[in-house]
Amino acid sequence: MSVDTAVGTAAPADAVPNVATALERLESHLHPTPSWNLDDHPQPTGREEIWRFTPIKRFAALLGDPADLGTLDWQADLPEGVTVTDLDDEQAKGLAVEAPVDRVAAQAALHTVHRTHIQVPAEAELDRPVVFTANGQGGQARDHYVLSVGAHAKATVVIRFTGTASYGEKFDVLVGDGAQLNLVTVQDWAEGAVHGGQRSIRVGRDAQVKAITASIGGDIRLQEDARFDGPGGSLEQFGLYLVDAGQHIEHRLFVDHNAPHTSSNVDYRGALQGKGAHSVWIGDVLIRKVAEGIETYEANKNLVLTDGCQADSVPNLEIETGEIAGAGHSSTTGRFDDEQLFYLRSRGVPESEARRLVVHGFFNDIIRRIGVTDVEDHLRAIVEHELEILGAQQ
Amino acid sequence: MSKLEIVDLHVSVETESGAKEILKGVNLTVNSGEVHAIMGPNGSGKSTLAYSIAGHPKYEITSGSVKLDGVELTELTVDERARAGLFLAMQYPVEVPGVSVSNFLRTAKTALDGQAPKLRTWVKDVNGALAGMKLDSSFAGRSVNEGFSGGEKKRHEIAQLELLNPRFAVLDETDSGLDIDALRVVADGVNRYTGQGDRGLLLITHYTRILRYIEPDFVHVFVDGKIAEEGGRELADRLEAEGYDRYVSAAGAGA
Repeated sequence: MSVDTAVGTAAPADAVPNVATALERLESHLHPTPSWNLDDHPQPTGREEIWRFTPIKRFAALLGDPADLGTLDWQADLPEGVTVTDLDDEQAKGLAVEAPVDRVAAQAALHTVHRTHIQVPAEAELDRPVVFTANGQGGQARDHYVLSVGAHAKATVVIRFTGTASYGEKFDVLVGDGAQLNLVTVQDWAEGAVHGGQRSIRVGRDAQVKAITASIGGDIRLQEDARFDGPGGSLEQFGLYLVDAGQHIEHRLFVDHNAPHTSSNVDYRGALQGKGAHSVWIGDVLIRKVAEGIETYEANKNLVLTDGCQADSVPNLEIETGEIAGAGHSSTTGRFDDEQLFYLRSRGVPESEARRLVVHGFFNDIIRRIGVTDVEDHLRAIVEHELEILGAQQ
Repeated sequence: MSKLEIVDLHVSVETESGAKEILKGVNLTVNSGEVHAIMGPNGSGKSTLAYSIAGHPKYEITSGSVKLDGVELTELTVDERARAGLFLAMQYPVEVPGVSVSNFLRTAKTALDGQAPKLRTWVKDVNGALAGMKLDSSFAGRSVNEGFSGGEKKRHEIAQLELLNPRFAVLDETDSGLDIDALRVVADGVNRYTGQGDRGLLLITHYTRILRYIEPDFVHVFVDGKIAEEGGRELADRLEAEGYDRYVSAAGAGA
């Protein structure tokens, strides 16, 4: 039930012959070549490496040509200095961190009627978060949006999805040199929503990026890519997901260490309950030959609360240089830790209360890093609600 | 006057080669106001005794009884035993990430008392218990046992002992791994607890060192799953001089 793998510091290059000989032009063994051309992303069969964990039928609406395209209802709370402007197709492509890496993102970029540029000017220090809420009204919606955070700016951006829709997105995040971005997305859809897409972050020289992805409601499949635009950048990606009966939540992370002295830390945690609850976490890290002195760690933890759930968790490291500070990953999937429950119960805490404490603690480690009180409270309330459902079932 | 009474306790654990009996008939009575030290070599079953009394699921009680004031503990769940008045200070306290010490202590206190503690006095009590263990009040904001040093974990256990103030406490090798300063701090806390006069203490230890600071009324030598010899303080002194060799070779010869 439990899988633990760990790599301390990188093995010497000759210990991993299959990647040591990799050609420098090769981006990654695990990722398709990015392309804006839809024909380069044929309709998946489910046997492809990037689709083998996904129930293709449920995401069919996002893979095909959308008929009768609507939009999400976007609301924004913008601090002074932050602008939102329209882009045309060429501009959007020009700004993008990378081209689409899968058909969902390619379709979203091709068919969207909204190409949008959110800009935080250089050296701006926002006194409050930039908050977007996007509410689905049913039907089909696509977006391609770009967030630019200027050099040495400091910003928190929150995007919350609610309602229901079949929604495909292409989202590019450009973080300027020395900037600090705290990006929080909450996939808080109603039942029946389907959400897929690609988010690509480019971390500027000496920039610090913290990205928090909370996936609560709907069937979700997100490709979350990150790369660096110079040395000294640091990236933290935290994730939280709650998967109920029959729900599919998939996060596919790819960190491309393409610059020296950069760091990345990924920690995604999920809880699953109910028959057919399915989570997928793919954590790929590519350490290129130029990426000397980098440090990376990826962790995924899954708490399986009931029978009938499936948690797929695949950490991958592709290492092309041994001259690094450290690289590691871990993945654990299991039920409640008996020792934790015993410890709490030995202090008189009843079993149900002990379970609540453990689950709250499990997610609190992620929630407390968000730094936006409203969002933290909201997510704590959602975790509490999930536990009530669990309590009622038992 | 309360009483913890262990009668002919047999306990097994599941191993790869089937059930293995660890405790082979333990008899022991602890009255409130008494300090009992259980000493024994590694692998003698001392910790098994502690965990079995507390109800750890890994240990199966095959026969015998453990009664606290006439209540059969072996028929109670782990948390019911705690609410009946039992406390176990663990040798290896467990990390509970994301749960703060203050939240944990308040939840435990509420469960034990059946009502939430009064906020104003509670905060003072928590800070007092932490200060008594030479733990800074910022400790209350940290996750339970996560990133604690070995000494901090043990002091946190004794802070709980003082704060929750159970009728009976079992300390499982609380002294192991403590330097002399930490040992004194821990012993002072235990002595404050027993100094109330109406609490019972079962002190499980491998070393005689802690008995320089905590005065036992009774000393039991534990070998091969049962008590091999009983006496007073002088037995501990003798163990300090001679070690466990005599008992171990006797048990070996008998096996």
